[in-house]
Parts: sequence; structure tokens; C-alpha cells
Amino acid sequence: MSRADGLVESLRFDVVIVGGGGAGLSAAIAVAEQHPDLSIALLSKVVPMRSHTVAAEGGAAGVVTDADDLDLHFRDTVVGGEWLCDQDAVDHFVARCTEEMVRLEHWGCPWSRRADGGTAVRNFGGMSTARTWYAADKTGFHILHTLFQTSLKFNGIQRFDEYFVLDLLVDDGRCCGAVAIDIASGSFRAFHAGAVVMATGGAGRVFRQNTNAGILTGDGLGMALRHGVALRDMEFVQFHPTTLPGSGVLITEGCRGEGGYLTNRDGHRYLQDYDLGPVVSEPTPKTMELGPRDRLSQAFWHEQQAGRTVDTPTGPAVNLELMHLGRRKLAERLPFISELSRTFVGVDPAEAPIPVCPSVHYTMGGIATDRSTATALAGLYACGECASVGIHGANRLGSNSLAELLVFGRDAGVGAAAFALDHRSKGASAALDAQAGDSAAQALDRLNRPGGGERLATLRDRMTQAMQDGVGIYRSAEAMAATCETLEALARSLDDIRLDDRGRAFNTEWLSAIEFGFTLDVARCIAYAALNRRESRGSHQRLDEYNKRDDENFLCHSLATLEPGAAPRIEYAGVNVTRLPPGERRYGGHKERSDGDRAGGEKTI
Amino acid sequence: MSTGERQIDIIVERFDPARDEQVRRERYTVPYDHDTSLLDGLNYIKDHIDGSLTFRWSCRMAICGSCGKMVDGEPRLSCKTFLRDFAPGPVHVEALHHFPVIKDLVVDQAGFLDKLHDARLWLLRDEERPLSDGPHPQTPQQRARIESTSACINCLLCYAACPQYGLDTDFAGPGLLALVERYNADSRDQGKAERMPLINAEEGVWSCTLVGNCSAVCPKGVDPAAAINRNKLESTKDYFLRFLKLGLGGRE
Repeated sequence: MSRADGLVESLRFDVVIVGGGGAGLSAAIAVAEQHPDLSIALLSKVVPMRSHTVAAEGGAAGVVTDADDLDLHFRDTVVGGEWLCDQDAVDHFVARCTEEMVRLEHWGCPWSRRADGGTAVRNFGGMSTARTWYAADKTGFHILHTLFQTSLKFNGIQRFDEYFVLDLLVDDGRCCGAVAIDIASGSFRAFHAGAVVMATGGAGRVFRQNTNAGILTGDGLGMALRHGVALRDMEFVQFHPTTLPGSGVLITEGCRGEGGYLTNRDGHRYLQDYDLGPVVSEPTPKTMELGPRDRLSQAFWHEQQAGRTVDTPTGPAVNLELMHLGRRKLAERLPFISELSRTFVGVDPAEAPIPVCPSVHYTMGGIATDRSTATALAGLYACGECASVGIHGANRLGSNSLAELLVFGRDAGVGAAAFALDHRSKGASAALDAQAGDSAAQALDRLNRPGGGERLATLRDRMTQAMQDGVGIYRSAEAMAATCETLEALARSLDDIRLDDRGRAFNTEWLSAIEFGFTLDVARCIAYAALNRRESRGSHQRLDEYNKRDDENFLCHSLATLEPGAAPRIEYAGVNVTRLPPGERRYGGHKERSDGDRAGGEKTI
Repeated sequence: MSTGERQIDIIVERFDPARDEQVRRERYTVPYDHDTSLLDGLNYIKDHIDGSLTFRWSCRMAICGSCGKMVDGEPRLSCKTFLRDFAPGPVHVEALHHFPVIKDLVVDQAGFLDKLHDARLWLLRDEERPLSDGPHPQTPQQRARIESTSACINCLLCYAACPQYGLDTDFAGPGLLALVERYNADSRDQGKAERMPLINAEEGVWSCTLVGNCSAVCPKGVDPAAAINRNKLESTKDYFLRFLKLGLGGRE
């Protein structure tokens, strides 16, 4: 068999990292710094600085002011996640965030500054005090470019840009590498390794209207599933409350952190009607526009039902008012938002409100890992949005995810390096060659099959619409069951996708068809996990009889697994509650001290 | 995107290495509305007309730098270019100039990526600061000096616009020289001397002939031309300082 027919070339490394965004780069640098002698392969389907970390805007959390402490960050996160967070993981996380912010600063990250030369922090939703480090409103961009440029100095990191990973290599219950397509040539390569880090980002593209880049198709989650690794808490999908209608382009929570207002068609700051008041004119922690994302997106839904949203050519919206901040503050703190608003909706935010609505933003569940980022498959680690390390629970607080990818990206690198030192890759073997050959053959079959069925885009649109209809901000058993049915039918028609492009070199249609297989599996896990959670908590809100939180039966993580030819199986596992027992989750003037609130400077009634 | 009633033709210069000797031109008709970007139009073609049309894209919000194309002869981000502005059309789209074409609108970016390592685009310090010492101090005024150059998204539009890079792809190019300036001008950095060889080299700032196209096409306001000028000043100072040292009998 010639190479063009699918022969797989083998390469050997100590650690293979799949994904070159913030989490993957953090992991790679951690390995390279601590073990200059280890060889690292960084595989990414795009050149690292194209990864979607680049689009994060608002900031990254890390306790730094005198008014703040780790316990407060812990409480905000656990309450924000409506007690579905693993509290040991949250404690570990909050204790590490600030150090990672400083490390990035030492690597050159241009954090925004106070007049005295110190690093600045801003308010963010659901946080008791200002603890969000920011670089204007391009924080993710600056973090990603700082990480990417810093990674260039380590000779141990060998980049494989535009390599599309097809599958993991697993032998004797241990993950020992990955099979990938070199996109430019269409040839296959097996990357043998002592340990593998999965850092492929989320799966926002399972929904029609989302803030995510086109690359966020859930590949890593799909690959883990196929090797029996469970996806945890997939029913918890974050809708970001302020995005552009239609396109879903993100308009950062930082707008509200800086003092922006949300008003309905009557000019009314409607959040006061959803237990988020009292109305305040200055940004006030956990109050009004600084409530958590789930509550704000749900409030939008009610306003829409009541006919109080504004009609735009691309859908209903409310108004995000920034005019009162003034042109100077907008230029200093929110320059990218000003550019996006002018470019995509023709609005100068200094003069008119930006129309915004909720869109799918973040996959709060993911590949189940323990606190140290290890998965149930020996040798496989996961970090960043593709992972569920247990810190987000039922609703993630804004600015915890950039901190997460730094903290747990580093942990994953350290963990994978230690594992790889104990389990050096032996390189190719008959069993692994056979696996790699099978993966390549399947991919080639996907390319060459006649495929008399429908176009990929048709199937993709059907999936994203079904997800939008069934597992949106509010859900019902009936709608979720219909979505599950649509997804199962799509899974059966997967083999018949019609492809126009039959070439090997840079065939993005072929890769999209493979991605769609992963995406659809992730979508099924989301829909079934949602249908099975018979309660309402955080971002999972039901309109049927399960419209209340039920700690007795559902203070637990869901675990989705998938066997070929069957619907996803949903099981449950306990949540680690160490020191903050479940209580009432309140914001605005109703917030209680027991929920981690401190009075300092806040206006409460 | 919303699919309106209006239609426009997009003409694409295509190239498939498996079958084409040279580029071929294909014409597609797509629907558009007030907010339809060129990227939306290309995705419409791929989804509904011809799945083999190949181009890079990702964030669709002008920050990832993936989707640069030549549009009516000008380098532009296709997500930030709107079909309404080209009515009644047709719009002419081709791969970014000055890079080898892999397929259709996809170019080989090695001419930029391979130069990154030698440019030493990371913070260089004589002595590393311990984490326990906290962040380096930097005033807002000091940070403002790197505001524009640190905004580079590596989209390569400036390379496609640069006549000098078109003549000699060994030239470091506007984007890279702006990034070098970003670190050199950072109040926390002490590595300027290490980056001078790249700047002084024949392929460094002195290759630039001051056309200024780079700054005109930059979608993020980076102004590489100004950055290169500042580097030329530094390079001149560096030259005379070395000259002076040699003249005084010192060694380089």
C-alpha cells in the first residue's frame, strides 16, 4: 500500500498535546519549562493563534485586592454554579489563579494598568468584588498571543500546525498517542506518546446561534467518548446574555462591569423585575446587570415572551446602553466592542445602544477529569473548555474560564509529563499500527464513499436547529424528546453525506464531515443528559413539572457514555461538597451574607 | 446571516493542486442582505453550491486572523468585508498575494511563521523576576506605547500589500517588524540588543522602501510603517554606537 493510499507514518514523542489554544499552550509550556529533555508535539487543526481563546474579551479572575480573599472567590463560584461544583477542585482553582495571572504578566501579557503602575481589575457578573484582570476588552487575544509567542522559545515544543486529530491510540487500557491528518497534504501520521493532553475547546457549534468560532465542533469530547471516557454535566450549556442577534458575536460582560445598562423596548431596566434589583446607577457586585449569566439570559427569555424586546432584522434583542460611559472610557476599556458594534451592526456605542440577545457561549460540562486533570483513561489528560474538572457546576461565572485554562492547562502539562516519565512510549507496535491503520482507513472511506444522501450543511442545520429548539434557555420534556429523536435520525444518515470534494489536499469538506460525527455525538449527550435531569438548576431550566431545584435527587453530576448503535447512557455521580452546604442562591438586594457576600462599598436594600 | 432577496456574483480564482496547472476562475451567485459578509457569501457557496471551494476561516469577528483574501485586488479580512459595499458586483476574490497557494484561497503561511522564532518575540529580562514579587510595574502611559503594535492578529494582509515582500520573501516583513517593535518598546523588556541583528540585517528594516501600504490595509490599526520607522532609528543608533565603540578601540 503506498502512502497515498492511507499508510500511516509514525512519530514518537514524550507528550502529545491536542489543541493549541490557551489550555494546550499552557500545558506545552509547563512540560517544556519543567522537563527541557522531554519532547512535546503540539497538534492543532489551526495555527495556534487562530484558536478561540483569541475571542475571549472581558478578563480572567484572580484574587488580588485588599477587599477580596480566596474564600470569597470560592463562595462566588460555588453559589454561581448552584452547588454543582466540586468544592475541592474550586478551592484548588481559586488558590492558583492569581499566580497564573502574574506568570502571564512576566511573560509580557499587556494587562491594563492602574495609574500607579499596578495591574487593574474590573467587576464581573456574579463576583462579589472586582477581581477580573483584563487587557482592555481583548483579554483572550492578549493571553493567547502571549502564550503562543512565549512557547516559541522552547525547543522542546514541536508544533504541528493544521493537523486534524482523528482518534486516540489506546493500548491495554492506556492512551498512548493520536492519529492525525496533515491537512495540507491529506496524509496520515501516528503520534506515539507516553501521555496525551486533550485541549480542543468546547462545542458551541452544536447550536445554531452561538458565539463560537467555526472550529468549536467538540472533536476532543467526541474522541474521548469513543474510548469510553464519560462526558460530565453536558446538559449545562451557557447562554451568554449579550451577543449580537443573528451572528452571535460576543459583546463582553465587561461592558456591564464598566457600568452598561440593559433596557427593554420601553427603556426599562428590566432586570429589576427578576430579583436582581435594586436599580443602581454604578456597577454594583451581584446586582442588576452584574447578575450571573444564567439569570440574565433567563430574564431575556421572559421579556421576549412578554413582547417587550426590540425587533431587529436578525431577531429579537434588548438594548445594551453604554452611551453614559462616554467616548473616552469606551476607547480605553472597550475599544474592541466599539469596533465590533460599528462593523457588525453599524452602531457607535457612544451614541446609541447595541442590540443584544443571548447566544450559546460555553460548554460547561466536558471530558470528566479528577482535580489533577487526569481522565479515567490512563495517560489521557484534559484541560480547558473540553474538560470538566468540576469548577463550573450548573453555571460558570464569567472570567473563571480564562483562569481555568491557565491553572488546569499547567496542571495537565505537569501531570502528563510525570505520567510520560513513568510510561515512556515504545513507539509503534503491531496493535497500535493496526489501530492507526483502521482510523486512516475509516477516514478514507468517508472521503471515497459515493454518499448519495444530503449535503453536510443540510444535516448540520437540522442538528443546530433541533438543539436550539429543544435544549435552549428553557426546556420541556416534550421538546427535548423531539430533539433526541431528530438527533438519532441524523446519526443514522451520517454515512450517506454527499461530498463534492474528493481530493486529499486541504479538503475542508472532508474534515467537516468527520467533525460532524464528533459534534453529533456531543449533541446527543447534551440532549439526553438534559432530558434525564428532572429538576431545574443554573443554566438547566425546565418549563414542565421539574421547574424547581431538587437537591434530594439531583445534587449530582451527570455522566454520559456512548455505545455504538445505542442512545447515550446517562448515569450519575456525587458532587464533592466540602464546606459550603447547599443553600439559597440569591442576587441583587436579596443576597445573603451566607452566600459569600461582603458589604464593602455595595449598595443593598 | 440573513438571506435577503438581493443577489451578487462572487468570482473566485481557484486552484486545485491535484488537477489544475494554473488558476481557474469560477463565478457563483449568492444572496445577500445588509449584514452579509464576504465570509458568509463564501460559506453559502461551500454549503449550498460547491463543497469543494476551500478557504480558511474561524472566529468570524475579526480577531483570529484566519480569513484574509484579496478582494477586488485589496487584501482584506473576509469576515469584516460586506457584500453590500460591492453591489452590484461582481466581487473578485483570490488568495492573498505573495504567498504560495496550497489550494483555492488557502496560502502557505510558512514565509511568516518560520521567521517568528528568530525574532525573539517574548519578554527578555536580564534576570527573571520571581512570581512572588508580583507583576512588573508599568504605567498606563508605558503600556500605551505598545497598544498599537501588540494589536497585530498575524492576518498577513500587510504582507500581501507590501511590494518589497513581493520582491523578496526573505524580507522580515511589516507584521514581524511591528511585533519586534512591540517587545522592544515594552518598558518591561531588556532584550532589544538581542533583536537588533534581525532588524539590522539586509532582510530587516532597511529592506522597507516606505510605501506604507501595510498600514493602509491593517484591519487592527497596527501601523507597521511607523513601527518600522522607529526601528530604523534604533538601527541607525545601534550602527553608530558600534562604530563609535570600534573607533575607540573597543570590541563589538
